[in-house]
Amino acid sequence: MGLEEKLSGDGFITTRVKDLIEYVRKNSIWPMPMGISCCAIEMMAAAGPRSDISRFGSEVFRFSPRQSDVMLVAGTVTYKMAWVVKKIYDQMPDPKYVIAMGVCTCSGGMYRSYPVVQGIDQFLPVDIHVGGCPPRPDNLLNGLMALQEKILSSKKSLVKTDGLTQ
Amino acid sequence: MNEEKINLLKDKLKSFEIEYADATGTPQLVVKKENVVSVGEILKSDEDFKFDMLIDEFGVDKFTKNERFEVIVSLWSEKHKDRIFLKIKLDTKNPVMPTLTGVWKSANFNERETYDMFGIIFEGHPDMRRIYMPENFEYHPLRKDFPLMGIPSSLDLPKK
Repeated sequence: MGLEEKLSGDGFITTRVKDLIEYVRKNSIWPMPMGISCCAIEMMAAAGPRSDISRFGSEVFRFSPRQSDVMLVAGTVTYKMAWVVKKIYDQMPDPKYVIAMGVCTCSGGMYRSYPVVQGIDQFLPVDIHVGGCPPRPDNLLNGLMALQEKILSSKKSLVKTDGLTQ
Repeated sequence: MNEEKINLLKDKLKSFEIEYADATGTPQLVVKKENVVSVGEILKSDEDFKFDMLIDEFGVDKFTKNERFEVIVSLWSEKHKDRIFLKIKLDTKNPVMPTLTGVWKSANFNERETYDMFGIIFEGHPDMRRIYMPENFEYHPLRKDFPLMGIPSSLDLPKK
């Protein structure tokens, strides 16, 4: 559209590597669907035709952690399950992000009792908390857009001193 | 079960010390823990009763000084379409009873859960391990003196 017309004149654009990487990265965050309980149904609805998560470049749900960028933790995390969630998170390649979907993952929610972890930020670095029980697909998409903003305005340098991208 | 059949049951089990009660229409037998396996075998094999299916087996914490724990067994007869409860009262300090897995195999997981949640030990059980909580957990969560929010740092979390 507009891009071809602009490029046809000079043939190049100038930007910073960091900005370019962030720009392309934010529009293709592949989720690892960690659907542990009922929030997973809304996560599936977000991937369905009505909400259509592919508008934001996240339609490729990868069931292998090694091919995904964001972990969607959708459901109640018990103390026993926490080890599994952490193990899968550890297998994801950097850069990786975590969306805590639903109040159970954010704070334990209505499961205020002994076996449920009262917020997965006790053992995972959570980027976005999405509230709701369960959150509507719109709310999840809102969280995804917030994550995209976060990636775009990332303060941390993407290029480490040893030359490897983070 | 009608009156006639309950009398027949009382007659067949007259060699055991059993209290008979009525739990909202279902007969309830309060059995001594020493007799529970023999009573169970009779209930299962006798042609007049044939309680061949163990529906449920669970614990109760009455939180009393004596006989604090109870185990309740729910039985179903597929042949006669009858239901019956067995109740076993257990000691406060040392809640131990013989396992029913020898009579009904399906008691296995129920007894493991009862052990996990109440700390009731089933002697002779083939696999007396916890079923829900992690194996290094030291408490029994459904006991009345266990706090709802658990005991801090009794369950491990992965490092951040």
